[in-house]
Amino acid sequence: MFEPLHRLASPPHFYRWSGRLAPWLGAASGVLMLIGLYGGLVLAPPDYQQGDSYRIIFIHVPAAWMSLFVYMVMAVSAGIGIVWRVKLAEVFAVSSAPLGASFTFLALATGALWGKPMWGAWWVWDARLTSELILLFLYLGYMALYAAIEDRRIAARAAGILALVGVVNIPIIHYSVEWWNTLHQGPTVTKLDTPSIHPSMLWPLLVMALAFKLFYAAAVLLRARTEVLERERNAGWVSEMLGGTR
Amino acid sequence: MSEQIDTGRAFLAMLRRDLTLAYRHRGELANPLLFFVIVVTLFPLGVSPEAGLLARIGAGVIWVAALLAAMLSLDSIFRSDFDDGALEQMLLSPHPLSMLVLAKVAAHWLVTGVPLLVMAPLLGVLMRLPGEALGALVATLALGTPVLSLIGAIGVALTVGLRRGGVLVSLLVLPLYIPVLIFAASAVEAAAAGVPVTGQLYFLGALLALALSLAPFAAAAALRVSLS
Repeated sequence: MFEPLHRLASPPHFYRWSGRLAPWLGAASGVLMLIGLYGGLVLAPPDYQQGDSYRIIFIHVPAAWMSLFVYMVMAVSAGIGIVWRVKLAEVFAVSSAPLGASFTFLALATGALWGKPMWGAWWVWDARLTSELILLFLYLGYMALYAAIEDRRIAARAAGILALVGVVNIPIIHYSVEWWNTLHQGPTVTKLDTPSIHPSMLWPLLVMALAFKLFYAAAVLLRARTEVLERERNAGWVSEMLGGTR
Repeated sequence: MSEQIDTGRAFLAMLRRDLTLAYRHRGELANPLLFFVIVVTLFPLGVSPEAGLLARIGAGVIWVAALLAAMLSLDSIFRSDFDDGALEQMLLSPHPLSMLVLAKVAAHWLVTGVPLLVMAPLLGVLMRLPGEALGALVATLALGTPVLSLIGAIGVALTVGLRRGGVLVSLLVLPLYIPVLIFAASAVEAAAAGVPVTGQLYFLGALLALALSLAPFAAAAALRVSLS
């Protein structure tokens, strides 16, 4: 059962199939993003309370979702890398971190842009904002640790342990700051009964979320390809495939 | 090894060894404590000596200073043992590494956390904290500083193999310290306002239980990676 998986996870195979897959993912993400932005910025009606300024939600919320999603992907693949020593899992974890940090930063920046007209302040020490900021620190810590250790494989394992420790901490941080202080609006989409957001605003949001996910998938594949090449630069298949001679 | 030693005795031996080592370097012992006192002293000078303001920010200031002092002393948990090779011997020992790590962390807390506990009420008085808050301050420090040592051990274990791990440790460890800071400061604040603080103390206790049960394993895994 695991045979095809193992084959896919071997670096030369990964390099081949990711090279074919990534452009498609990127194109699909681009198309969806155009549809979502058109639906969100043109078709969707203005909000009855917030007017047109709510429209940043179509960037802000998918970015915030991605910031958590990418952390989970990073932690799970780091865990797989630590337990089963799968090289490709390490590569995925390492390649995810800068993307996750970027999504987190995007969510924080668009949140600040949204917060200024709504709350009258660029930044408030609110629960959601604070936990998102700490998530950014966790990403940066992971990247700093990975960058500080010379040997790539040791670095990936050490940083992976940190990612796993961070997983334990994320719900703790989330609830501690929530009980400490909150101003952020409640969830409008992820409620079990009917969402309290109008369908004409919901569908562009979901399309954008999917577009962000595909963008991440394409970007992480490209990053992982580079990382694989760098790690395996002395392997035979690299010079064979790229025609270089060493 | 001809003589079998059980893990409990290995734990105690490690604890006694680390305490003895700390006692032989008494001069260094005082440093984090002095740092703690000086940082707190800076706030009345830098912000304002006005009593009302000090009472309001006092709990947070003392806790942030405790966080920084704990971080400053973290390096000593594994550094010297790493430098002289003792750490590798511990990895090779038949006892679970997590237990040895726990012993080292316990020793670290006894020599750095407990002095903070003793000094804190005095600083609370200097920061004009109301009398009711002093008990809560000591209680939160008693529950919180072991968590700081435990989480800090993971950070140090991850960076012990690096030449300059100092700044990196703070980057790794401080985000993980935030829940402790939030619950502890809010407990002291609540106590100063005359509100019961059992809720926050339970949370700190839960964090301590979680850190006690998980951190030694994470630190042990990190040590194995760092020394590989």
